[in-house]
Amino acid sequence: MREQTPGQRNADEKIFDAVVNIWAALIVVVVLYPLIFIVSASFSDPALVLNGEVILLPKHITLDAYKNVFQNGQIWHSYGNTILYTVVGTLINLLMTTLAAYPLSRPDLPGRKGLMFFITLTMFFSGGIIPSYLLVKQLGMVDTMWALVIPGAIGTYNLIVMRTYFQTSIPWEIQEAAHIDGCSNWKLLSHVILPLSKPIMAVMVLFYAVGHWNSFFNALIYIRSKDLYPLQLVMREMLLISQADSFDSSTGMANKVLLAESIKYVVIIISSLPVLVMYPFVQKHFVKGVMIGSLKG
Amino acid sequence: MKSTANPVGVAPRSKSRRSSLYKSIVSRYDLYLMLLVPIVWYLVFHYGPMYGLQIAFKNFVPTKGILGSKWVGLDNFERFVQSYYFWRLLWNTVSINLFSLLFAFPVPIVLALLVNEIRNKAFSKVVQNITYIPHFISVVVMVGMLMLFLSSRGGPVNTIIQAFGGSPVRFMESAGWFKPIFISSNIWQNMGWQSIIYIAALSGVNPQLYEAAKMDGASRLRRIWHVSVPGILPVIVILLILDIGQLMNVGFEKILLMQNNLNLEASDVISTFVYTKGILQGEYSYTAAIGLFNSFVNLTLLVLVNRFARKKAETSLW
Repeated sequence: MREQTPGQRNADEKIFDAVVNIWAALIVVVVLYPLIFIVSASFSDPALVLNGEVILLPKHITLDAYKNVFQNGQIWHSYGNTILYTVVGTLINLLMTTLAAYPLSRPDLPGRKGLMFFITLTMFFSGGIIPSYLLVKQLGMVDTMWALVIPGAIGTYNLIVMRTYFQTSIPWEIQEAAHIDGCSNWKLLSHVILPLSKPIMAVMVLFYAVGHWNSFFNALIYIRSKDLYPLQLVMREMLLISQADSFDSSTGMANKVLLAESIKYVVIIISSLPVLVMYPFVQKHFVKGVMIGSLKG
Repeated sequence: MKSTANPVGVAPRSKSRRSSLYKSIVSRYDLYLMLLVPIVWYLVFHYGPMYGLQIAFKNFVPTKGILGSKWVGLDNFERFVQSYYFWRLLWNTVSINLFSLLFAFPVPIVLALLVNEIRNKAFSKVVQNITYIPHFISVVVMVGMLMLFLSSRGGPVNTIIQAFGGSPVRFMESAGWFKPIFISSNIWQNMGWQSIIYIAALSGVNPQLYEAAKMDGASRLRRIWHVSVPGILPVIVILLILDIGQLMNVGFEKILLMQNNLNLEASDVISTFVYTKGILQGEYSYTAAIGLFNSFVNLTLLVLVNRFARKKAETSLW
């Protein structure tokens, strides 16, 4: 081993810290830059964006694209749909997941191991997309909201996370004491367990709600009428499909094409806003949520 | 006295175990009542499709129903394995995952090690919270962003290329660029989120180990290599097993959105093929067979890798 004087060692440490901080800062920039660019582009003159003159901050600030989006009935209608699907879907998720997680968290439930196996097996083997599609079709759910909220009513991973939380974070003695006082299991769940489970419920709301908000594929295969389209499906048409045709028209349509381009940035922002606004409030909890899940993965 | 009044209490060892089991089930009937709807749901929405998988061995005709359709043995599987697309689909599916394991899997580990070395706790929190953000962006938005950024007309990336005298590249319409774009944007979106688990594992490493290493004169880099990395190795192995067990699954939704006729050569994967042939074109039996083939390979890999890890690394899922 190389001999080092304390001074040398201090200098080495400082250099190491500097390198670490520079790399970390670099990563932050790489993650943030695209997000900042989207925001800036949405406020800028679309012609400048297309010419590559908007680099970090907005140029020639204009709200035209926002005005246009706010007047677009289809976007707001689908926004409403998405809110409805997210609220109803998340409520069903919470109800179903809790109803399954609580009994399975009870160490005194006969048959618990078998039931857990019955449930975890589905994480490793599934019928796949085609049989699921045929099933939903046969149940008459196609082109209704139910196709979006019922087939995914329980996320098995979330169920395991919640069960682990009940097992590890709520003292068993409390439950026993409540029982001796003559408390039924339903009452125990609603009056003792749930009030003690706010952190895990916050995590579940975040996971499930973000899932509903962001999902497009189920709507793509199950929803036929445009009236029922969720936001992501409308966005798919605006962001991804219109791409090809907007390239062709370069003459008289130029302005419209330009506006269509900046509308894309606006749509991205208004669709991501609710999730990003929610984020700081639940941020503290979800690290815990991920950890609980991995504890007993 | 207590045990009869208290349904939670462990039943006393009675002479007949069956009657005590019966008692403990009956006294907890309300727990089973809670489980009733979820269990029925699992039966319908998870075991139902497994039952429906038999159409993979049949020539399923929707009007005849699952039971009324004729058995055809392994015909659907043979057709897939012999089809013109088989090797292309298999290669694309597997290679996207292999490249991801190679390039994307280590990134969150390195990020976690880096975050762990940041001394300023506030800065460390900032780095963590910012890198988590992209995880919450929807696939549609993610692909939309890719198209905007990589557009050959006014996309910032091409602007930079042109500024350096290059000619614009049509990234999204090229088969060669498909996999690099898919994987690197995945890294951007998920590295922070996936680092959470490693960061947590690192915080559980015994600080005395670092002190001891320091006493021995180990540099920071050596401490990372000899203390931090071994400390999170079990977590790394578990996540690696899980990832290999998903070798035949790809970020299906994202690929579907990124796919176009010009990059199909590289973007045609098993799951998108199942979607197009099955749901869009109605070849249910054929695509159910492909799906089954896929799950079967995944499950086999998972079991094999898990067994291997249990022997070699003494870490396993079960």
